[in-house]
Amino acid sequence: MPTTPEARTGSGLYVPQYVRDHDTHPPLDYPGYNSTALRHPKRPLTLLPHTLTEVTSPVLGHERVGELDHDLTRQHEGGEPQGQRITVHGQVRDSDGRPVPHTLVEVWQANAAGRYRHTGDNWPAPLDPYFTGVGRAMTDAEGFYRFVTVRPGAYPWKNHQNAWRPAHIHFSLFGQAFTQRLVTQMYFPDDPLFFQDPMWNSVPEEARERMVARFDYGSTEPEWALAYRWDIVLRGRGQTPFESEEEIAEDDE
Amino acid sequence: MSTYPTTPSQTVGPYLHIGLPWPDGPFAVDEGTPGAVWIRGTVRDGAGELVADALVETWQADPDGRFDHPDDPRGARSYPGFRAFGRCPTDGEGSYGILTLKPGAVPGPDGDQAPHIDVSVFARGMLHRVVTRLYFPEEEAANAADPVLASVEDPEARATLVAGTAPDGYRFDIRLQGEGETVFFDI
Ligand SMILES: [Fe+2]
Repeated sequence: MPTTPEARTGSGLYVPQYVRDHDTHPPLDYPGYNSTALRHPKRPLTLLPHTLTEVTSPVLGHERVGELDHDLTRQHEGGEPQGQRITVHGQVRDSDGRPVPHTLVEVWQANAAGRYRHTGDNWPAPLDPYFTGVGRAMTDAEGFYRFVTVRPGAYPWKNHQNAWRPAHIHFSLFGQAFTQRLVTQMYFPDDPLFFQDPMWNSVPEEARERMVARFDYGSTEPEWALAYRWDIVLRGRGQTPFESEEEIAEDDE
Repeated sequence: MSTYPTTPSQTVGPYLHIGLPWPDGPFAVDEGTPGAVWIRGTVRDGAGELVADALVETWQADPDGRFDHPDDPRGARSYPGFRAFGRCPTDGEGSYGILTLKPGAVPGPDGDQAPHIDVSVFARGMLHRVVTRLYFPEEEAANAADPVLASVEDPEARATLVAGTAPDGYRFDIRLQGEGETVFFDI
């Protein structure tokens, strides 16, 4: 990605310019996903230079997150959800490698049978009385987050003949700037349903694997839960981090 | 310097309502705050149909044109109950509403920008959010001098960025496609 120059306001305030990462994202007009047909703008987008409004964002406090919000298996009195218990954890960084600390991560997902607790989801798979499928967490000072949940099931939809969504967890992140806001989905390794999924296929081929968590045996908790690691990268400022910030915790395979 | 490739966007899907709305989401400022205004509108698709599974988010400066954020070195004076951020799913009629304070002018590259609110729209059927800006109808002089508004050459298109007035605030309808299509920005 190209390095973007800094900018200043007329009154001299420094305004960082975030890299534009069009190569990463799916197009708004993607015929394989039928519902995009009437929901994509026809007029070309207008370039918006980054001003103070675009380089700031809400500084959300820990009061947004309850004590058990990160643990989707302990949100109901009287029992735990059915399914394979897993932890999903990782680091949020920007494209310059800087950790993104103290930012809100929101997740929602289907239960182990592939059914959402949503009035619009009525396919014949069981609801789980002990699973809502919604979680929240803040990243720590180094950008790490962690959820406890059950592995979601795949589910059918009506986009095409015999259409199934690969198992996934919806993620929503704020980052530290309006430009960094991201809503995405995390997938599981080697899902046999990828080939027919337009959400997956809409993403440029070289970027698809970035949506896949890796099975993390090292973080598996004996006699309790399997583990997946998923690192998330938000747009950066295209600037080399300070020396002291350069040593980024690489995935330890 | 190594550059880390960014994570792709994906749609919020049809079940966004279980994960994203907050009870206090529509309140970018507490109810009852003096000067609070409602911004209400609808989201429509290319056939003119109301979109009942969208989420609208707003982000803006405070009435002094400042942001409570480390990258605004001027700092911000406290407006009690003001969060600057609003989030509201559309209802069965495709309508959303956000209560907020009108922002002040915000410094731009060449002098002040007119007061504005950045608006994101997420929805089923949208693989990425779209971003637009809301400007205020009574700010005619500031709007005329605003560089972002000026970058939209077609006056009819530019007009989609200016809210209408309403008894309790403003009206800002969003048309994703087709007749009266809202101007969306590459951010
Ligand atoms: Fe889903």
